[in-house]
Amino acid sequence: MISLPKLTLLVFIAAFHTVSLAAQESRDWPGSSDRLSQVSEINRQVKEYWDAYEIKPTKPAKDGEWCRRVYLDLIGRIPTVDELQDFLSSDSKDRYSNLVNKLLDDDEYTEEFSRNWTTLWTNLLIGRTGGNANNSMIDRRGMQKYLRDSFARNKPYDRMVYELVTATGNVSPEADEFNGAVNFLIDKVNGDNAAQATAATSRIFLGLQVQCTQCHNHPFNKWEQQKYWEMNAFFRQVRARGGRRAQMNGQTAELLDVDFMGESNDVEEADLYYDQRNGELKVAFPVFVDGTEISKHGAIANTVRRKELADLMMESEYLEKAFVNRVWGHFMGYGFTKPVDDLGPHNKPSHPELLDYLAAEFRQNDFEIRDLIRWIVLSRPYGLSSEMEKGNSEQTRLVDDPQAGSTALFSRFYLRQMKAEELYESLIAATRAQESLGSYEQQEQRKNRWLQQFAQAFGTDEGDETTNFAGTIPQVLMMFNGELIRQATGSANGNFLDRLVNETSMNNKEKINYLFMAGLGREAKPEELKMASQLYASRGNPRETFQDLWWVILNSNEFIFNH
Amino acid sequence: MNYRTPNGMTRRHFAKHLAGLSAFAGSSLALGKSLSANALTLKKNQKSAILLWMGGGPSTIDLWDMKPNSPNGGDFNPIATTGDVQICEHLPLMAQQMDKMSIVRNMSTREADHQRGRYYMHTGYVPNPNVVHPSYGSVIAHELNQNRGALELPPFVSVGGGSEGPGFLGMSWAPFTVDSNGNVRNLEMNLPADRLTQRMQALRLLESGFINENRGRSSMEHAKVLDKTLNLMTSQQMSAFRTESEPEEVRERYGANNFGRSCLMARRLVEAGVPFVEVNLGGWDNHQGIFNTLRDQRLPMLDQGMSALVADLHARELYDDTAIIWMGEFGRTPRINGNAGRDHWARSWSVVVGGAGMQPGIAVGETDPDGLSVVGDAYTAEDLMASICKALDISLETNFTSTSGRPMRIANSGKIISELF
Repeated sequence: MISLPKLTLLVFIAAFHTVSLAAQESRDWPGSSDRLSQVSEINRQVKEYWDAYEIKPTKPAKDGEWCRRVYLDLIGRIPTVDELQDFLSSDSKDRYSNLVNKLLDDDEYTEEFSRNWTTLWTNLLIGRTGGNANNSMIDRRGMQKYLRDSFARNKPYDRMVYELVTATGNVSPEADEFNGAVNFLIDKVNGDNAAQATAATSRIFLGLQVQCTQCHNHPFNKWEQQKYWEMNAFFRQVRARGGRRAQMNGQTAELLDVDFMGESNDVEEADLYYDQRNGELKVAFPVFVDGTEISKHGAIANTVRRKELADLMMESEYLEKAFVNRVWGHFMGYGFTKPVDDLGPHNKPSHPELLDYLAAEFRQNDFEIRDLIRWIVLSRPYGLSSEMEKGNSEQTRLVDDPQAGSTALFSRFYLRQMKAEELYESLIAATRAQESLGSYEQQEQRKNRWLQQFAQAFGTDEGDETTNFAGTIPQVLMMFNGELIRQATGSANGNFLDRLVNETSMNNKEKINYLFMAGLGREAKPEELKMASQLYASRGNPRETFQDLWWVILNSNEFIFNH
Repeated sequence: MNYRTPNGMTRRHFAKHLAGLSAFAGSSLALGKSLSANALTLKKNQKSAILLWMGGGPSTIDLWDMKPNSPNGGDFNPIATTGDVQICEHLPLMAQQMDKMSIVRNMSTREADHQRGRYYMHTGYVPNPNVVHPSYGSVIAHELNQNRGALELPPFVSVGGGSEGPGFLGMSWAPFTVDSNGNVRNLEMNLPADRLTQRMQALRLLESGFINENRGRSSMEHAKVLDKTLNLMTSQQMSAFRTESEPEEVRERYGANNFGRSCLMARRLVEAGVPFVEVNLGGWDNHQGIFNTLRDQRLPMLDQGMSALVADLHARELYDDTAIIWMGEFGRTPRINGNAGRDHWARSWSVVVGGAGMQPGIAVGETDPDGLSVVGDAYTAEDLMASICKALDISLETNFTSTSGRPMRIANSGKIISELF
């Protein structure tokens, strides 16, 4: 077993010394030594907007803050004290890119990187509730297995999209014809003429919100009703087979393409009709959003419409734009558009040239997801502090505060709550609880059960849902009293706190600092040390004092916010 | 997980230690209030609202504005009611209560997408990427909470579903969501009160340290929610969530299902002084097989729970101070589609309102014989919201300041539905 604090007193003091030195020296930004041309171009273009709006960026984040956010955003949890120390004890100018490369490329982190991006994409593709309801055909494990394999093997993004849009096969990893990618569409094709498949495919992969135009030409959305139904026509061959009855017989659902005879029953010109707002019917055939028509034939021996669609998507610039915007939004807190998945002509991006540039580079670079991440994370805007300063919040200037409705100019890092999954993984990591959690599959099941308490479905056929997690009373109750926190702040034999209490190589002050590092990525401030000693006076023993202190740290805004 | 309401001992024990706490800036934690908790009775003229939210977009042409002589009329027949309106034959219990409710049959809106419609009907505003508007519950809770010093429960409770959020009013006005069984997780602290008090003091130090670093207002919101949570954890009023303490016959009258329990809980919460309760009943997105679904599933459940709620509020003399709103995102297409279903339709549809002094038993407005459009004046989400505010004595001159500093008029300057007053 690991003897918890590896560090000796000397190492500890030396590390903190380095922190303050580094903070003074690096008035430049993390990654400034990096030579990637894409990083320089991001920095240049974002700065152009600062200059145009006459604002100044906030100072760079402290090294500890930057390290904490990189771990959270890349692998979905905060760093352990050992990982922080590794980073903080380096005085190499390359320490920023070294850390990012380690998390992206080292085998040691492949599993965690893949798990985090699998979580993000599972929620995106099938929602937090997908596969958890009784009448769902989704096998959540199947979706996750597909995504995990894709991210772990560094599958190019365009390949992944092609597979998700065209997949056929069985949802379940236990089935012979297993193809986890089918889980994306399995619950979206049977009802309402595949309306959900149409909407989700367009919105998620192309950033086009066609669903608003299903019923009529929308006043706030320049897509016309005809476009929706032409996109919808691509999904008229696809079928999900194996509903609840088949499930009761132990069979799992499968996705397949079948001949579409057309509503006029002419397979060679397989048509569909929709209601216009004036009550008249209109015909539609498959036409891609850019106006490209394909064969009207409905027989799969002649034309598989989903494959045609996927081919057209592979050539569309919206493919890379939608992804770049989403990834930028993940790391920077806001995308170039609000919402992040609406790139329609009515919704102009904040930095159109930069979006175009990054999209083109991403395609040029063979849709390598990890490289796109590298460019963004090593950029200057990502490395800024989240504090507002005179240069971007003084009254005479424009305030860079997108939460208050202003355009995001990325002159500071925008504060955001950890997602429920990030909180879970961070608690596990900070208390080293994973050692007792069993296999990967068991861990994921346990996490899934825990997450269900925060997810709620709305009562619609589109399966939309909300989460009552971020900033709510149930969340605070969970952090105050929940089982997870109880375990984390308990001191059962041999657990995190127990080991800290029994550690003989550190004095109490160092132990207090250790807890602050584990939770917040920084040492305690003088007034916090004083507070801790007051707690000690009341408790009368270190064990209960550390329990209280750890509870306080985990419940603080500083812990729960990615800052 | 713990599902337990703290008992009185906890509260009293805890209260002794609260004096030294005064946890956060602007805290509403006060001793006097907690001591009077048991004596809380509902004051006369204390207004509340209950929103019955029908997720998915209910087919109002089949429920409240029937067209038996049109090809769009569908499978059902109208029946007479105690009010001056006819409604669907599969709502026989509601038919007995229609002398207390009114139907607004001339709703006409433009949002026929679930997400946009849900947002619009909840806020009175169309979605705007630069500002998030507060929903019904947050607005009304914010306005009515001020003279409710004895209330320890969250002022906006959503039962059995999510609702829309507080927008720029901030997370302390977010809906408190519970399932229809009233289970609130993680209430139990299992810690001596003095120890919790000291933890809270230490936590306050960390909170304010971070807030003072000027990183944006969400860090402040976090501190406020801590405060509200602490309040809740120690409150005896939590028993309002326990519908199982009601007599058997009352529970049966409301219906032994999620919606029935939710309606019953709404009544109990209103009695406890909660200004806004939202009750969720989904499953109205009936693109196919609509008539079977309505007749066999949705309508019996709705009929029983809703009629019980109206009758019970009335019997307890709460009705004149409680507004009830029944609505969904939109209505459904008058034309019946090829799958014997109806699709999304916002152009001409109905909502049902009652209580809080609104004119009962009438139909406001009308649609044409095929239900395709409103005849004469039409009303919108803003108008409905303004009317509910008026019924609750909330001034329509109220302005909010959004996070961008822009003033925003309550209910988006909607006009009153004059027939209701």
